[in-house]
Amino acid sequence: MAKVKLDNLNHSYVPNPNPEDYVLKNINIEWNDGGAYALLGPSGCGKTTILNIISGLINPTSGSILFDDKDVTNLSPLDRNIGQVFQFPVIYDTMTVYDNLAFPLKNRGFDSSYIDKKVKEIAEILELSSTLQNRASGLTADGKQKISLGRGLVRSDVNVLMFDEPLTVIDPLLKWQLRSKLKELHHEFKNTMIYVTHDQTEALTFADQVVVMYEGVIVQIGTPTELFETPKHTFVGHFIGSPGMNILPCDVSDQNVTCFNHQIKTSSDLKNIQSNSKLEIGVRPEFIKFSSTGLPAEVKNVSDIGRYKVVECLVSDQKIKVIVNEGEEVPTDRANLEFNSNYTKIYQDSWMVS
Amino acid sequence: MTLELQNIEKNVEGSQHIYPTSLVLEKNTINILLGATLSGKTTLMQLMGGIEKPTQGKILFNGNDVTKVSVQKRNISMVYQQFINYPNFTVYENIASPLRLQKMEESVIDQKVQEIADLLKLTPMLSRKPNELSGGQQQRTALARALVKDSDLILLDEPFANLDFKLREELREELPKMFENKNTIVVYATTEPSEALLLGGNTVLLEEGKVIQFGKTQEIYRRPFNIKSANVFSDPPLNRTQISVKNNIATLDSVSWNVSLQDGEYTLGIRPHHVYPKKNNEKFFEITGQVSIAEISGSETLVHFKLKENEWVSQSHGVHNFNLGETTKFYIDISKCLYFDNQGAFING
Repeated sequence: MAKVKLDNLNHSYVPNPNPEDYVLKNINIEWNDGGAYALLGPSGCGKTTILNIISGLINPTSGSILFDDKDVTNLSPLDRNIGQVFQFPVIYDTMTVYDNLAFPLKNRGFDSSYIDKKVKEIAEILELSSTLQNRASGLTADGKQKISLGRGLVRSDVNVLMFDEPLTVIDPLLKWQLRSKLKELHHEFKNTMIYVTHDQTEALTFADQVVVMYEGVIVQIGTPTELFETPKHTFVGHFIGSPGMNILPCDVSDQNVTCFNHQIKTSSDLKNIQSNSKLEIGVRPEFIKFSSTGLPAEVKNVSDIGRYKVVECLVSDQKIKVIVNEGEEVPTDRANLEFNSNYTKIYQDSWMVS
Repeated sequence: MTLELQNIEKNVEGSQHIYPTSLVLEKNTINILLGATLSGKTTLMQLMGGIEKPTQGKILFNGNDVTKVSVQKRNISMVYQQFINYPNFTVYENIASPLRLQKMEESVIDQKVQEIADLLKLTPMLSRKPNELSGGQQQRTALARALVKDSDLILLDEPFANLDFKLREELREELPKMFENKNTIVVYATTEPSEALLLGGNTVLLEEGKVIQFGKTQEIYRRPFNIKSANVFSDPPLNRTQISVKNNIATLDSVSWNVSLQDGEYTLGIRPHHVYPKKNNEKFFEITGQVSIAEISGSETLVHFKLKENEWVSQSHGVHNFNLGETTKFYIDISKCLYFDNQGAFING
């Protein structure tokens, strides 16, 4: 396994590009050997382009890719030695489960006793041991995807293992099992793993560190906790969390922050604010509570999703969402909203003021 | 307005796709069909709409037998998981197409198209072709076409499954509002329990072609008929273990508590968010488990652990760190436990 470095990558799908033609801009990432990483963003943010650049299917317009400080930018996909698992299962229906798992190793000429050991080891963890002699054709979608995962994981000689939305076709209950299996496998084998998804839950629960992308740019690299507690950009606040962060217009004068004429305490340093910038307050629904003081609001709608309720409030025309835990009271009609100042930040032209 | 299924079933070449099912759906309701892949959601939906004919049983609409009435003669809309639009029509013409079939007046068509486009935030895209739109916009166009003609029955078959997580969240929130004050019966198929809870309304729980429970979504979640219902309606999966009860005392691990159950063996079920890593409340009971994996999502911690031979999950707010393999204490809120008898039926403990 290897350390993966993307050094100042830029990419455009058109020759002689203008600045607006770039689908990737200034991408700098360092992924350490043995880490579990995720690349998270909506469709069209450039995450699949990055994956294709790492695997060598696309040559970047500029910049380089390094495995363990060795420049591989001009190497063919085959020479890069990468394992990849796709959204849909890629397996041989006519082969047995065993032969499917053994295939990547046989191809590379490993001896049969080594192959047997590896196949059995992977099968054990994926709970496939009892089905090794069955044909793959009779399996369900998730059973096939398990084998795809196994085929990716069976090789310990790859530089990096990449997963492109591997759980999209899987039912929710099985998703839980496969996701924790994958995490278990990472723990066991310490592969460098890169997991690409638009699903925040998958990214955050899988990875130690998540790269959040938006319109070809990296907006934040951080641990799940950092992305949740201190989103650096309003996009991260919105994209991570369900529902996402509330983003409200505000005014700052002297040492006072006001939002709908109500004074709000934040943990941003007001000295860092420049004049003539667009200012907003960001606060997550989890960090607002109902109290006797605070911003006056109207309670519009409550949706109960079992373990918590999402309460939609209105302050003039502005929607503000509040999360209330199961069993806690929700006021009717009018309420006051109190923001937890430790997690209330000011955003200047969409970027967080520290 | 009601849609009534009377003992309908569907058998295809000897394999039973839908077992005898009776349901009554009322106007102005959203009805969720919740079940895993291949549980029969799409088939049931197609039977409701007359796209497939039942092998047995009757379908009544407002009391009239429509079992043999063709789908074209019934006022129905359907939206599929894959976005289906006319590629050579503009968004405007796509939305207007069902109204043109009804030979409506041009000025009425225009008014209706503009209204629905405004509701679905498609106004700026009306003159574009579907292939110039994002996936979310394409699916909104398909939804707009389904909504524009005031159907009696709207069938939505996992309509957001192919969309980005965030878009799904947004459309899911808008959806109930689109049907407010409409005289329509909405049926919505999904594999995700959380989606059913967010949409509210009624839920039909399906498993292997059988309806295992039907009722208000919240009620089914809180009071499942049986262990199968509880399991289909649980994400992450419901934690379970066997307990024995003697003299009104239940025992699990090394803890005991009072229950009003007859002596015997029971299955105890508890949802992951009622299993805590900290003793937040004096009344919580302590159990011991071995941590197999911990997932930290930023706002929540999910810990998978082994309670004897059972795999359990604790889902809690905030960040809690665990060492893999360590044996540690968890705390359960006994008042939130569900009890099931040996046949799996829910018992009020």
